[in-house]
Amino acid sequence: MKNLKMKKEFKVIADLLLNNSRVLDIGCGDGSLMHLLKIEKNIEVRGLELNQDNVQECIYKGLPVIQGNAETELHQFPDKSFDYVVLSQTLQAFYEPEKVLKNLLRIGKSVIISIPNFGYWKVRTKLLFFGKMPVTKTLPNTWYNTPNLHMCTIKDLFNFCDEKNIIIKKVIGVNENKTSLIKKSNLEIKNLFSKVGIFLIS
Amino acid sequence: MNIKLENIKKLEVTNPLKLDCGKTIKDFPLAYETYGKLNDNKDNAILVFHALTGDQFVTGTNPITNKEGWWITAVGPGKAIDTNKYFVICANVIGGCMGSLGPKDINPETKKPYGLDFPVITIKDMVRAQESLLEYLGIKKLLCATGGSMGGMQLLQFCATFPDKAFSAVPIACSSSHSAQNIALNELARQAIMADPVWDNGKYVLKNVQPKNGLAVARMVGHISYLSEKGMQEKFGRKLQEKADYEFSFNADFQVESYLRHQGYAFVERFDANSVLYITRAMDYFDLSKQFKGGLVEAFKNQKTKFLIISFSSDWLYTTKDNKDIVIALNASGADVSYSEIITDKGHDSFLLDEPEFLKTLKGFIDSMYEKFKNEKRI
Repeated sequence: MKNLKMKKEFKVIADLLLNNSRVLDIGCGDGSLMHLLKIEKNIEVRGLELNQDNVQECIYKGLPVIQGNAETELHQFPDKSFDYVVLSQTLQAFYEPEKVLKNLLRIGKSVIISIPNFGYWKVRTKLLFFGKMPVTKTLPNTWYNTPNLHMCTIKDLFNFCDEKNIIIKKVIGVNENKTSLIKKSNLEIKNLFSKVGIFLIS
Repeated sequence: MNIKLENIKKLEVTNPLKLDCGKTIKDFPLAYETYGKLNDNKDNAILVFHALTGDQFVTGTNPITNKEGWWITAVGPGKAIDTNKYFVICANVIGGCMGSLGPKDINPETKKPYGLDFPVITIKDMVRAQESLLEYLGIKKLLCATGGSMGGMQLLQFCATFPDKAFSAVPIACSSSHSAQNIALNELARQAIMADPVWDNGKYVLKNVQPKNGLAVARMVGHISYLSEKGMQEKFGRKLQEKADYEFSFNADFQVESYLRHQGYAFVERFDANSVLYITRAMDYFDLSKQFKGGLVEAFKNQKTKFLIISFSSDWLYTTKDNKDIVIALNASGADVSYSEIITDKGHDSFLLDEPEFLKTLKGFIDSMYEKFKNEKRI
């Protein structure tokens, strides 16, 4: 189920990447995205993953993966050693997302980040009408067991990049199977109707 | 140690080998063993490098000791390194005592056993001596090379010296250079041997005796370093050896003492004391970055080999950090590298034990590499 849901996002990410490039997938899970990038775009992939079972899964698939924690172990990758660094739906789970983001921008010539959008209307209404922390398909955990420490909205990340002088090359909003380009002009409305935001920055 | 080595496979290496110490050896024996069958495409060969006290008898029954091969947990029919599918090769290191040229062999110049006249060898010398074996077996490129502990060090050296000889490599629980603590423990082992009066400056070989007490203590030092504190506590605790209470003597009251004594004296039957001196020295001299002026990253430059580094969480001899430093260097050099840390209480010894997560990872990697290697060869 999770795989099916992730697939659309992976396709969007894959479309953003150039063929034959070098990509580091942070929190690569069982290697689904890496596999897709390798097969469809002949991309040279590397993964970083914390979970032992996932690491094994990647190794079985012949995908190069390093077991480690992105929060503390990004220093091992040299400056600009990858064309892209991909971080799929984990920025909000770090203790210090700003520090991690800085490292990603150091390692990759470009960085792709996807976030579950806390500004999505269903999330907003859950909090507004029920007064409870939202539990949705994209945010399946309850407040006490969620790994998400720093939830943000598409607008938040957009503004953050502006403030920190990070160049936003492209932002794509994803809602089920529909994708749309997000710009400053339509930010308010897209922030309301996108479940996931995908940022290409450098 | 009094063993017959006539009926084992040996390659007579005729090419002169200039050692790091400056001396040259030639026409020397390199003992080896193989398991499984080399296929027609010659793309299923796996070279195993053995550790300090290992030998070429990786699996099955060791014909010399009549005990199980040292890596029977990982290598054999249906095992992680499946000998029904792969052709496994292992050679005894030079300086060793299982048939390859070592300090107990006859020095052609004096017609007497070498003893301490044997040249001091390095990990690089060991590795270079094994190149002839691959040539002899007709293997241009190995599917994989692997080894734990000193075997892992040989493997790192092998990849640095011959960057195009292995399609993939799995260095396990090793380090790119010996730390002060590693050297100190080896020195303890050497001093134990040298303090035994029977050792007699290595000349015991002339009298056909062995400094058993010193060698046994050297082995005990090793065994302590192979286990973790927690693993040792769980295995032995304060349990007494087949007795209800203390004996108020210096006999082996505790199980852990009995274990160490058993390991120590069993080792004496199959290993040569001078070989321990030479091999531990080679390990101490090992520092891959020293050979390459740019450091470890330089050692792995232009590396085409696909690596999987494995460490064990409770290994304090070659720690996770030691292994990660190799990963970092490989990453910095742009090499294809995977890394996994196996969580276990069993310490450095884990690579020799039936550790399911470890063996699954090893199998998964080698099998996936075989598919890739076959495809690459087809293209």
